[in-house]
Amino acid sequence: MDDLLTDFIAETRETLDAIAGELVAWEADPGDRTRLDAIFRFVHTVKGSCGFLDLPRLQRLSHSAEDVLAEVRDGARTPDAALVSAVLAIIDRIGELTDAMESGESLPDGIDSLLIAALQPGEAEAVAGPAQAAPTNAPRVVSRSIRLPVDLLDRMMAGVSDMVLARNELSRALRSSGTDTAADVAFERLSQCVAEVRDAVTRTRMARIDGLFSVLPRMVRDLCSQLGRTVQLDIDGGDVELDREMIEMIRDPLTHIVRNAIDHGIELPEERIAAGKSASGRLRVSARQAGNQILIDAIDDGRGIDADRLVAKALAAGLVTAEQVAGMTLQRKLALIFLPGLTTASSVTEISGRGVGMDVVRANIERIGGMIDLDSRPGHGVRLTLRLPLTLTIIPALIIASGEHNFAVPRSAIEEIVRVGRGDVNLQHIGGAIVAHIRGRSLPVIDLGAFLGSESAEVASRWPVLLVVRSGGGEPFALLVDAVLDHEELVVKPAAPAIMATGIYAGTTLPDNSRPILLFDVAGLAATAGVATASEQIQEEPAAEPDGAVAVPTLLFRDLDGIRRAVRLGLVERIEDVGREQVAETGGLLNLAHQGVIVPLIAGGPLPAAGRLRVLQLGDGQSRIAYAIDVVIDIVDLGTEFTPVAASGPIAGITLLDGDQVELLDAHWLFASRIAPRSERAPTCLIADERDPWARQFLEPVLVAAGYRVLFGDVAATERIDVVIGAVGGSELEVPCIRLRAAAEAGEGESGSIWRYDRASLLDAVAAAARAGRG
Amino acid sequence: MERLYLMVRIAGELVAIDANEVGSVVEIDNITRVPRVAPHIAGLFALRSRVLTVIDSRAALGLGKIEGAVMPEAVVILIDGHSYALLVEAVEDVASAGAPSPLVAKLEPGWARVAIGRLGTERGDILLIDPAQLILGGEEQAAAA
Repeated sequence: MDDLLTDFIAETRETLDAIAGELVAWEADPGDRTRLDAIFRFVHTVKGSCGFLDLPRLQRLSHSAEDVLAEVRDGARTPDAALVSAVLAIIDRIGELTDAMESGESLPDGIDSLLIAALQPGEAEAVAGPAQAAPTNAPRVVSRSIRLPVDLLDRMMAGVSDMVLARNELSRALRSSGTDTAADVAFERLSQCVAEVRDAVTRTRMARIDGLFSVLPRMVRDLCSQLGRTVQLDIDGGDVELDREMIEMIRDPLTHIVRNAIDHGIELPEERIAAGKSASGRLRVSARQAGNQILIDAIDDGRGIDADRLVAKALAAGLVTAEQVAGMTLQRKLALIFLPGLTTASSVTEISGRGVGMDVVRANIERIGGMIDLDSRPGHGVRLTLRLPLTLTIIPALIIASGEHNFAVPRSAIEEIVRVGRGDVNLQHIGGAIVAHIRGRSLPVIDLGAFLGSESAEVASRWPVLLVVRSGGGEPFALLVDAVLDHEELVVKPAAPAIMATGIYAGTTLPDNSRPILLFDVAGLAATAGVATASEQIQEEPAAEPDGAVAVPTLLFRDLDGIRRAVRLGLVERIEDVGREQVAETGGLLNLAHQGVIVPLIAGGPLPAAGRLRVLQLGDGQSRIAYAIDVVIDIVDLGTEFTPVAASGPIAGITLLDGDQVELLDAHWLFASRIAPRSERAPTCLIADERDPWARQFLEPVLVAAGYRVLFGDVAATERIDVVIGAVGGSELEVPCIRLRAAAEAGEGESGSIWRYDRASLLDAVAAAARAGRG
Repeated sequence: MERLYLMVRIAGELVAIDANEVGSVVEIDNITRVPRVAPHIAGLFALRSRVLTVIDSRAALGLGKIEGAVMPEAVVILIDGHSYALLVEAVEDVASAGAPSPLVAKLEPGWARVAIGRLGTERGDILLIDPAQLILGGEEQAAAA
């Protein structure tokens, strides 16, 4: 609530400054309608804000000023000098009270009622004095919040983006010039600072729409108790991020819309019951991103807007002529509600109903390049949709590849990602079109490569991926792409008109690698490719079987590089803390010595220099490897569906968890990278001469490393021997025998023997002999 | 009154652009192609954190495409809040000249659309062109796209 109050104070003060000129001009010419409207809007807005901020004094003042101004607007009163100064006195008073609120002091209450009384005809002279007699001599408190021009933030943002690119360049230069520890440390610090600044600047511009929505429940509750309605409020999409400036601009409109919906839309409980509805009305406010727009819906199930009454009012007010009305569609008639000075409310209440709401709403929305759609069904309710431009909103998107192109697809539009040929997914060509069957559901397909005329369209990926996408309100369809590359948060800017003219792009964006990427407008894509209509003709088949998604317990952890990753719980044998000194690097690979065993260790990031280390012991039933992590986050049930990554590596793919992406470890790759090949029974080598120190010290380690079991001398008859290695001389055993000689050149009687330092031939011969022995 | 003009070569011809309209001259590499756009839109190019729309000036005149150079030069121009990079065959120099005088001859349609007037310089008469018209591209191309 403190935030709201601060906002209110800053906003009121700012508007006061702005209308100061209007006030003087109005005083000079009280008949000036535009000035009157501007002042009227100001007091109306203050009144509205006070209503839910619970500021009764300000509300009383603004409400009475509004009353008088409304009379002037309606022509019921002529603005004379006395009235003008009375209104000005009230506005001054609003300014004083606002200042007082900020400095935390209280102003005496008495003057308020005098000021209000002065608004009545013939009362003005009595109190013209006190308003001027109340100077603001209290020192202003220094405010901890400032308002900045958005241009400045834009410039900061651009500067920081340049800085990030420069840092990346520097990083490449440092890497190629070899390592200099001092420079590396300094660079590391620079990187951190840049990241922090970037984060901060981004946040100065962006805010979750939550901040806007969070005041609604209280407001609705207060309105309901005032008006005797019961309303159930549903709020959805509070996590949509919006430009801060835009949030400020839609705060008032949204407040007005919600007020109107409850005051005029939703009926009293008894009326609702009489109309066959539930006693409690419903109001749904939701935000979502659709293509290149943010949509904010306010849907009520009240009585709707009576278009005929609207027309009658507009005619009576002289805003339209009868001829104009005759040619109007219903939609145009409804749009009359946005004309200044029109309302369908038969009674003026404290909440709304002076006909300022909707014209202010539209003015505010259009100023930020938005639009309002109004849809009303008499008796069933009203749907108001605010369409706001996407410009400068950060949106999560998937980067996809199609031919030689990369594109971004807004995550909000993606329902599902499936791989063709896997499970219940297949493609079918029907009369030149492609239809995807996904678990019994049929969807039209846009083959992106063909649609974009990629040069490499024929060289389609062996494992194409289908994105099931749906634009806001549209029918779902599938997008056939070559691969899903990445997930990124993108700052989208509008593209040049010539590019927007294609209708399929929503804007451009610049990821960190400084190669521009275009963001698709999913609705435009569907319309241009012509799938929007096709989808209606394709019947949905009944699902062949219940959704086969199986949830598998999965361990969620933060890796050493800070990224959230997951591994199937079944693979995890133990989670242990080990000392850093137990880990050693050998030949570029890490090994962990733990409880008398050496276990291969894999780390997804740099290990801490010292101290303790947390590892996951992963087992496949035979072998075990350790995976170093930062911290375990949780154990969750995760579906088996995931999006494979393009390149093979430690990550099998990405999957979604509560809307966030999680990387899934590729256990197969991890094990394959570190486990030496080993058959179910290691072939056994018998070294004939057990007293030969060379065989013990030189030969045995080589054979063991190659995966053989080594025995010496006389062995029990039960032992199965695959190959015998003997010095040149001979052996009577009935297994393949390899003879070694000490000299490089074969001497007399040494034919068929191998020089004992010819490692490659030796191992080849042992392997061949072992295979022969088994065959 | 003498003004500064940037002399560039497009389709083999030396033409002038008002230097006040020119943001900078850059070398372009790594153009990101954009499918399904008008043929004179060569693609996108990132100049630091700005995304420029690259215009093939020659294609915009309907005279084929600019070819050759590995790192072609481009003139950066800001129009209606969007940054464009006009690919040209060469950036020659900056020269001062008086105000443009009206054209006397009938130009080819492509040139006629972008021409503002002619400048009398020491290198002879040079066509002064309007980059904004160049960016729009030919109407016949817009229709074909």
